[in-house]
Amino acid sequence: MKKLKLLITGLGIATFGEANADYALNLSPGVTQLSRDIYDLHMYILWICVAIGVGVYGMMVYSIMHHRKSKGVVPAHFHENTKLEVVWTIIPFIILLAMAIPATKVMIEAYDTSASDMTVKVTGYQWKWRYTYLDNGIDFFSTLDAKSNEARQLGVRSNPEAVPNYLLEVDKPLVIPAGKKVRFLFTAADVIHSWWVPQFGWKKDAIPGYVTDAWTKVEQPGIYRGQCAELCGRDHGFMPIVVEVKTEADYNKWVEAQKSQAQKAAADAAKTYSMAELMAKGEEVYNANCAGCHMANGEGMQGMFPAIKGSAVATGDLNTHLDVVIKGKGQMMPAFGDSLSPVDIAAVVTYQRNGFGNDKGDLVQPSDVSARN
Amino acid sequence: MTEATHEEYASHDEHFAHGHHDEHDHHGPAKGFMRWVFTTNHKDIGTLYLVTALIMFMVGGAMALVIRAELFEPGMQYVDPAFFNQMTTLHALIMVFGAVMPAFVGFANWMIPMMIGAPDMALPRMNNWSFWILPFAFTLLASTLFMEGGAPAAGWTLYPPLVLQGGAHLPFAIFSVHLLGMSSIMGAINIIVTVFNMRAPGMTLMKLPLFVWTWVITAFLLIAVMPVFAGAVTMLLTDKFFGTSFFNAAGGGDPVLYQHLFWFFGHPEVYIMILPSFGVISTIIPTFARKPLFGYSSMVYATASIGFLSFIVWAHHQYTVGMPLAGELYFTYATMLIAVPTGVKVFNWVATMWKGAMTFETPMLFAIAFVVLFTMGGFTGLMMSISPADLQYHDTYFIVAHFHYVLVPGAVFALFAGTYYWLPKWTGHMYDEKLGKLHFWLSTVSVNVLFFPQHFLGLAGMPRRIPDYAVQFAEFNAMSSIGAFIFGFSQLIFVWVVIKAIRGGEKATDEVWEGASEHGLEWTLPSPPPYHTWTTAPDIK
Repeated sequence: MKKLKLLITGLGIATFGEANADYALNLSPGVTQLSRDIYDLHMYILWICVAIGVGVYGMMVYSIMHHRKSKGVVPAHFHENTKLEVVWTIIPFIILLAMAIPATKVMIEAYDTSASDMTVKVTGYQWKWRYTYLDNGIDFFSTLDAKSNEARQLGVRSNPEAVPNYLLEVDKPLVIPAGKKVRFLFTAADVIHSWWVPQFGWKKDAIPGYVTDAWTKVEQPGIYRGQCAELCGRDHGFMPIVVEVKTEADYNKWVEAQKSQAQKAAADAAKTYSMAELMAKGEEVYNANCAGCHMANGEGMQGMFPAIKGSAVATGDLNTHLDVVIKGKGQMMPAFGDSLSPVDIAAVVTYQRNGFGNDKGDLVQPSDVSARN
Repeated sequence: MTEATHEEYASHDEHFAHGHHDEHDHHGPAKGFMRWVFTTNHKDIGTLYLVTALIMFMVGGAMALVIRAELFEPGMQYVDPAFFNQMTTLHALIMVFGAVMPAFVGFANWMIPMMIGAPDMALPRMNNWSFWILPFAFTLLASTLFMEGGAPAAGWTLYPPLVLQGGAHLPFAIFSVHLLGMSSIMGAINIIVTVFNMRAPGMTLMKLPLFVWTWVITAFLLIAVMPVFAGAVTMLLTDKFFGTSFFNAAGGGDPVLYQHLFWFFGHPEVYIMILPSFGVISTIIPTFARKPLFGYSSMVYATASIGFLSFIVWAHHQYTVGMPLAGELYFTYATMLIAVPTGVKVFNWVATMWKGAMTFETPMLFAIAFVVLFTMGGFTGLMMSISPADLQYHDTYFIVAHFHYVLVPGAVFALFAGTYYWLPKWTGHMYDEKLGKLHFWLSTVSVNVLFFPQHFLGLAGMPRRIPDYAVQFAEFNAMSSIGAFIFGFSQLIFVWVVIKAIRGGEKATDEVWEGASEHGLEWTLPSPPPYHTWTTAPDIK
């Protein structure tokens, strides 16, 4: 019934145009000057194409209606007309010139990363984004939020429609100030990714060993969402981008809060934790980072992702286990040494060695992780 | 020359000995299965190519239906994302190299000798070899599905470093690509040699049927770019297994180098799939408009220009990698230029219909749908040639919609049109016109339900190659999937029409279509043509 409803609304939209605010039939004009320029360019080319289409299809329809054998038409015999053929070579050429000029202007604008107010380095990982603020040293990872992550698992029947911003929500968004020209530098740690927030008007590839750049200047505070746009492996579809644009005052407050948080994290890494604390934190970290492949119940996926429950690694030598989590293994298991804090790694390893009925009794402290990292 | 004469004498002797007096049917095909294994006859090889292509079209189509089933609604329902990526990759590789290209080679094998008054292809033994490589290449490629880690899952472009993360499949997939490339190059050489050396006297180049012209240009593109692709994938292989770093920045290489190499091949490749379609359409429209093709010579020059331009625009697939501004602008301007010769072709087709006396048999219906829908793909192509706008379109469903408009109601519809057009000639039987029309209408309506909403999805922000999506994309994806299933199952009608025509039906006349013999030599031959034709060269008017 739900599917039938979907079908009917879908067909209805196609026939009667925009009937519901959820649908978009066109590019969004976006929230920056550049994105509006790109939108205008897009509409300009679109209308030129529509005009040419009306001409060409009109001629065809006329021929099909009136020049058919069943109407007793005797076919003409002309088969060339040099003048006409030259004309319809030259006119498209002039139309193209009329498109190329505004396109060049916008392209030059898009490339101008000079005179920026601040710079954020964006690094693509499989399958999360790392944001490093080059001006004040803030550095964090941004991954798919836990609710979307749970709802997107194969075989889970929780309804994605009930998850707010399904697949377009992250645990920690990128935060930038409004009204400032922000320069982005893009690179990647493993494979090629592409950073795209449609409202900003562009996307840029993040390539390992390369640094590419782009810029934006958002006038209004708000939350803008996007996704990775370059096929980057199994979880390519689950690598959202969320940018929170704050007023300058709010942004500065956020920066201060981040700095004090960093100090707290450093202090945390030196602390000694109890089993209960580590297990609680570990479950959280596991569900955010490991459950996608190894499943929330730790049983893994037959033939693709090994089980944690009763696994040789999780019940064997502790140092080997730590190395697998920190440095990764083979083609599929990513290295978490960069993206998780020592506290998180200590917690998740403890959780894996004591949860799922593994009951090893090992307690891993952040200092153990730092020692191997 | 002496050998042919000798063979002809020998066969005459044999016929006299058996008391036969059939002038046309000297020595027919061998009997049984081995006929197809050892055949060097262009018609047999054409049939082999066409049947293989049809099977591959069904296999690739089934993979597309797996993709569309998973995308029917938000959430993951049927397949793991890793398997989804394998499906998108294999679907593309199989459709490009297994369905569209071999089908056009099949047309070329069947029709080029008959159209230019040649008794066979110039290099018949190589022809046999270039076909028989294909099934083995596909077995290799398909076998990767059953390997540890599965089939390639990095998209048909096989971009490193992602593709290098793959498991056991990589050498198999690459060796398969090498074989496919060898097959294509041999086929291309054969076509060029046949057309340049074996035309009937009086068949000057500017009298060649347009289908032959488009294939000659295509063959040159193939010879030029296939080795580049083979080189690029070989570099992948050595990067993976022999410690080189062509594409590994940490070792001094460059991942973007691969993209340049790939698209230097890949862009002409898309024209390899579309130029023969132009030829087919330029053959069909004049027949059913009962008028000569408008602007024959400008069609030839336009095709050659498109062929040339296809070599110098490759990086428009890479507007977002961060090329220098000058490079970005150059590729924008050069790409936009392709609209000019393509426009000339479309205008010429419309002018051919203008003041004709049109009838609308199935081949003509498909040809008209081709012109309309391919032109739509052309418009979106023009839109994405503009690099700033492409910063939005790139890697979204807008692109998916664009290239499927060019390749499905483009190349595939041209294949349908050509098959319906020549099927009576090939089999000697008219196909079932009612079923043909049903196939046409179901395909044309469903292909639009399938691909048109994808434009909206792309513009609204849905990236391509994702197995699941945000809920605001649900409605158009559901529509698209419904269109996909109708389109997919409609093709069974096509298969049935072909089988039915092979098995019998109303006898086709030699000319098949009213006045067709004015449009091509093949229509002066009997239907079906004898196993060996043009043992004496025809007179060219």
